[in-house]
Amino acid sequence: MWDWSFVLEILPVLAHAAIISIEATLIGFVLAATLGLVLALARIAFPSTALPISVLVELIRSTPLLIQIFFLYFVFPSFGVTLDAFTAGVLALGIHYAAYCSEVYRSGFDNIHRGQWEACTALNLSSWTTFRDIIIPQAIPPIVPALGNYLVALFKETPLLSAIAVLELMQTAKIIGSETFRYTEPITLVGVFFLAMSLVSATLIRAVERLLNRRPAR
Amino acid sequence: MTDKPIVRFDKVSKRYGPLTVLDSLELDIFRGEKVAIIGPSGSGKTTVLRMLMTLETIDDGVIWVDGEPLTHMERNGKLVRADQAHIRKIRARIGMVFQSFNLFPHMTAMANCIEAPMTVLGMKRQDAEARAADLLDMVGLAQKKEHYPSQLSGGQQQRVAIARALAMRPKIMLFDEVTSALDPELVGEVLQVIRKLGSEHDLTMLMVTHQMGFAKEFADRICFFYQGKICEQGHPKEFFGSPKNDRTKQFLHAVLEAG
Repeated sequence: MWDWSFVLEILPVLAHAAIISIEATLIGFVLAATLGLVLALARIAFPSTALPISVLVELIRSTPLLIQIFFLYFVFPSFGVTLDAFTAGVLALGIHYAAYCSEVYRSGFDNIHRGQWEACTALNLSSWTTFRDIIIPQAIPPIVPALGNYLVALFKETPLLSAIAVLELMQTAKIIGSETFRYTEPITLVGVFFLAMSLVSATLIRAVERLLNRRPAR
Repeated sequence: MTDKPIVRFDKVSKRYGPLTVLDSLELDIFRGEKVAIIGPSGSGKTTVLRMLMTLETIDDGVIWVDGEPLTHMERNGKLVRADQAHIRKIRARIGMVFQSFNLFPHMTAMANCIEAPMTVLGMKRQDAEARAADLLDMVGLAQKKEHYPSQLSGGQQQRVAIARALAMRPKIMLFDEVTSALDPELVGEVLQVIRKLGSEHDLTMLMVTHQMGFAKEFADRICFFYQGKICEQGHPKEFFGSPKNDRTKQFLHAVLEAG
């Protein structure tokens, strides 16, 4: 049933596809973390944006990621925006998780004591300096675990990109399967890969947490 | 007192919904004056400081600082609500120390004291550090420069907060119940620093306090607030010696009773 020589044969192909999956994850997450922060900051800095942003966030969180991927890839061209599959997929992942990340950042900002903002006002700091030097450095460390969870969740959703034929792990495994009529090894290997990578990321996130907690804080 | 006031509350009102916290307040404070604001809780005394620091907006009236409007600005000969740039310009003359210290917990005492001078005043790190070192020395914390707030006692934290506010060279210092969060044995060291400030610097000081003894000895004037109005004010000698208003008498009686 399980053929090790077949495993060795397809491993290089899958390894190459794994790189695509990891790329999609990293780019998608950088996008999510950045855009999420921008959304959360905009809400505080420009109160008039709060309502439109919460509507947008709700819209994104309440519709399936797969639909958003299809929307960017298949519907956008009719508005004159044509994206290649990888770009559309990564963009959808990034935007989808930005909605979740923005809520995480928001909870981080909400946890900053009002007195910190007031001290910034009393010292006449600009809003930019207030965020950069006072609020963000205090708000981020406690939310690293939550952001880390979303990194792992985003990573585990990259197989959805196979739906628009991005040659990531899942799509590659499917192709191998349809060409050789053997699914056991490729699909199992994909599963093992995700398991291994998720465990590795979880360990890394814990290391980052420990690093951040080492600094004395109140 | 024919001098121009450095702070003027001109018919200033503050309301939270149906609740009037301050009712058409008129109060002039003169250069170098030390004013202690006392009164029962909910009398609006802390709100006075918070409005002056622009932590609260006002609903009516105008606050003037050093002859210029703080809450408003002149446009075509009329006073309109101040924009952020104007507020920042005028606010630079005011510093504040809070009941709960509000030090930045992720920064050392030194970093707390150089943050604003560097980012707001554009001072070079070296100059800002030299100034901060002098101030930390003045508040008796020369040895604690590299300590984080969590490594300092409440009294020490509050003294860092005073140094941090002074590093911006304000003309007016606001003290909002600065010893209320401290253990009794730490109150003295903070009051000692404020005393020193009063004698060595030409600062105008406004303090909300429950330390009657300190107010009596330190202030030039006591303002007693009751239900959003100044009920009685005067030189500490007269104020504590022969209060005229019944509410003042009641309050002083209650406070002195409690020790």
